Amino acid sequence: MPNKTIGAFTIEVDDEGFMLDHTQWNRDIATAIAQQEGIATLTDRHLLVVDFMRKEFIEKGTGPSIRRLTKESGVETKELYALFPGGPAKKAAKIAGIKKPAGCI
Amino acid sequence: MKQLVILGAGTAGTMMAQHLAQHLDPQDWRLLLVDRDDEHHYQPGYIFTPFGLYDRADIIKPRRQFVPRGAELVLGEIEAVEPAQNRVRLQDGRTLPYDFLVIASGCSIAPQQTEGLAGAGWRKNIFDFYTLDGSLALRDALAKFQGGRLVINITEMPIKCPVAPLEFAFLADTFFLQRGIRHKVEIIYATPLPGAFTKPRAAKELGDLLARKNIKVEAEFAIGRVEGDKNQIVSWDERAIPFDLLVSIPTNMGAAFVERSGLGDELNFIPTDKHTLRSKKHENIFVLGDATDLPSSKAGSVAHFQAEILTENLLAAIAGRPLEATFDGHANCFVETGGGKALLIDFNYDVEPLPGVFPLPGLGPMHLLRETRLNHWGKLMFKWIYWNMLLKARPLPFIPVHMSMAGKQV
Repeated sequence: MPNKTIGAFTIEVDDEGFMLDHTQWNRDIATAIAQQEGIATLTDRHLLVVDFMRKEFIEKGTGPSIRRLTKESGVETKELYALFPGGPAKKAAKIAGIKKPAGCI
Repeated sequence: MKQLVILGAGTAGTMMAQHLAQHLDPQDWRLLLVDRDDEHHYQPGYIFTPFGLYDRADIIKPRRQFVPRGAELVLGEIEAVEPAQNRVRLQDGRTLPYDFLVIASGCSIAPQQTEGLAGAGWRKNIFDFYTLDGSLALRDALAKFQGGRLVINITEMPIKCPVAPLEFAFLADTFFLQRGIRHKVEIIYATPLPGAFTKPRAAKELGDLLARKNIKVEAEFAIGRVEGDKNQIVSWDERAIPFDLLVSIPTNMGAAFVERSGLGDELNFIPTDKHTLRSKKHENIFVLGDATDLPSSKAGSVAHFQAEILTENLLAAIAGRPLEATFDGHANCFVETGGGKALLIDFNYDVEPLPGVFPLPGLGPMHLLRETRLNHWGKLMFKWIYWNMLLKARPLPFIPVHMSMAGKQV
């Protein structure tokens, strides 16, 4: 699997740039990934979502669906899409350093 | 006399009762299996029902037929588990005390979780196939369908049998081809995931399957609502997909009593140790099959492998020993691809479905991640295996509890 240097960090990522080991993650890495994804700064609202996704992933091994993200994190869907343009499930997962949403096949 | 109670006499609970009846001494233990009714459904059959291949009689048998000697079937609706008192309360007022509890109450669809889904169109031009009634109603609708847009939509993950929606799309393609109206039917597969195939090897081996069958994929489609008056589904980011016939896989949720007992997460799935299968909250409660919050697939094969692990761990817990058996997330599933062919996949928590042969390295005879007729016959034969071997917790020849890398191409 490829290593990627991002800012001052070297992290292991898959072909699409999702981190393979969420324990390597920190806020600075999140900021650097966000910038590559076209999000200049991570606001408190971004971080609220990112932290919620990490918590779900670490507890359950998978990230939450959009409906659960909205219901549980307290961030409205419209805002969610505004915060992470082009699809919060995938983009927020990438910034949160967790695996991309996947099925079994 | 000690008491072990199993909640749910479906695939997981029945297998668990079979295992435990072989190990627990009836002089010391009373083994109870609780369910609301006496109908055991062969759920893998729901996928064939809409296409007229299976009928009600193929799907249902009495639960008591599979209750082993040494276990008792208790029929009643569960009100709540009361862990502090170590007892289960039924709605008719009976209470069942337990020394150990196994929760195997599965999951079911909850269409009311999506705005407009359970509205006026439900079972008219909006259907599910995750219930017997739903799949039979869909059969009647498909028989009358003369053409138009068939939309298959996964509401959100996790769902029971995650490959079933894809199988439905493939079988629908074959069904309309055989009826000679495929050219009048548009098939759209709308999924919240990044694609129909999300694992790299499966995507590489099978990526062109949908295009070849002219099934259009709408990826990253997270449904926000159904607009019944306009016959369209709309995503949270306002993408609309019109339909003539909607086949929905609604939100899947664990049993309502789990919520009433304060045991579940927001989808009523029970936080469970992914290796030992013990509840994260209560030392004498174990969880099996679809009722868990594990990242393994919600499928009968998974419950089968888990039941063997859980038997070891429960016996250890009863004897006061540490829990040493660990579940690896093993799943093994036939996936119908239409035209009388199927795939076979074998994977676990860490290893994605890989190509190769199964179960014997070099010999097969099954091929993994490749469409073959033999895999399809395997899937059809599975009904017999299910009723005669799986539910009776007989070991399946050559299929180990832990996934094996033998025969797989890395």
